[in-house]
Amino acid sequence: MIRITRMLGLLALVLGLAGCQTVRGVGTRIEHAVDKVMGSKGQKLDPWESWNRKVFAFNEKLDENVLKPVATAYSEMVPAPIRTGVGNFFGNIGDAWSAINLMLQGRFKAGVEQGMRFAVNSTLGIAGVLDIATEAGLEKNSQDFGKTLGKWGMGTGAYVVWPLFGPSSVRDSLALPLDWKASPAVVFDDGRKKVLITSLNIVNTRANFLRAGEMLEDIALDKYTFYRDAYLQRRGSFDDDDEVEVLVPGSGASAPEAAASAPLPAVKKPAEPASAATR
Amino acid sequence: MKLLTSLSRLLAVATLGLGLVHAAHAADASAPDLLIRQLSLETIEAVKADKDIQAGNVSKIIALVDTKVMPYINFQRMTSSAVGRFWRQATPEQQGRLQSEFKTLLVRTYAGALTQVKDQTIGLKPLRAQPTDTEVVVKTEIRGKGDPIQLDYRLEKGGDGWKIYDVNVLGIWLADQYRNSFAQEIGANGIDGLIKSLADKNAKAAGSAAAAKG
Repeated sequence: MIRITRMLGLLALVLGLAGCQTVRGVGTRIEHAVDKVMGSKGQKLDPWESWNRKVFAFNEKLDENVLKPVATAYSEMVPAPIRTGVGNFFGNIGDAWSAINLMLQGRFKAGVEQGMRFAVNSTLGIAGVLDIATEAGLEKNSQDFGKTLGKWGMGTGAYVVWPLFGPSSVRDSLALPLDWKASPAVVFDDGRKKVLITSLNIVNTRANFLRAGEMLEDIALDKYTFYRDAYLQRRGSFDDDDEVEVLVPGSGASAPEAAASAPLPAVKKPAEPASAATR
Repeated sequence: MKLLTSLSRLLAVATLGLGLVHAAHAADASAPDLLIRQLSLETIEAVKADKDIQAGNVSKIIALVDTKVMPYINFQRMTSSAVGRFWRQATPEQQGRLQSEFKTLLVRTYAGALTQVKDQTIGLKPLRAQPTDTEVVVKTEIRGKGDPIQLDYRLEKGGDGWKIYDVNVLGIWLADQYRNSFAQEIGANGIDGLIKSLADKNAKAAGSAAAAKG
């Protein structure tokens, strides 16, 4: 927990930074530096495709032979509520990191909201095992440092597949050490516990997506290309319009005049007009 | 792992975009956000009311899509955009087959996704467009457990009102998502090769779905 406090300290320090306009150019500058080192390769979508495909095949084999069987056994043995609790616990640590990154991106209101999620769930939610914040209307909003670099103007760069870690990009690989430091293992000092908790996180996450993984086989013509394009599209896009009206069934479907301008009672607003305007 | 998470969530709600529309009897297509609002609300109600859809009854979902969704989707534009520059090289017959196989692929995904819709609500973001715009993006999100699932629509204004021509799930536009895969397949085996591999995918999935049921 001490580390999290330290992280939050860092956040305060960095807040001043984020406010300053120069930050917007930082990402672009990093991108140029990376391009210089890598030459024209940095400009292409997938310059290391043949190597990436080999690593991808290796990761697939590993998943098929180790991770998937373990996750399957885990999901059969561990009851769903406990799996949800485990997921919430890890998600809560992720929320703290999201809060910091939202601040770094200059989305202060959303950042404070994620900070509140972390505070509420860490205390009332028993160290994050219960996700009380969602029920209280504080929606989860996951962010990481790779996204923050993107918001600062850095493009995703070329596609990279890492052994074990899986799909990444030049930008996200640069961010990876920081994102990794903020992973759930951060709360434990002991090396063995770190390994254990990281394994549990991976298995629990994989267990949630057993069925979806099989569906993916059905809709991808070439799994490698499908993963790559999905990764680059998703990581390169920013959905930072925080203003949302929740549609309530039975209230608006038959009342088109309500949509014209008058917000429904369930409107959650207003959020960050600044971020909406800058896009 | 992160990508797996996003991809599986893409699947979980994927093409819900297309399906969202299925319950609309006479949705008002005079304004883009109004259309999406009505379709979203009616879909949530329809899914919650219909046990067959929740159970993933594919033929029922396909029938619904055909009668209700298609009037509000420019599927030709969606397919041609995914096929990209090769579209003009295809014969009308090939275009028709591409369109129908691509549709089956998306509807099939959607059928699987619908079984996972439970306690979700839909959030609609304000329309940021000029009244004179003829192409707009309407942004929504599916809110439930975990991160909200981004679900956006590209709409175009035509003679008979607004129509959807692309859907974005979790930051991924579906037509864009398939463009490289399609080009890769066409490069290797031609347009007929792509039609064949789509048809094979669909037939295989239909077969395994039938096997799972029986």
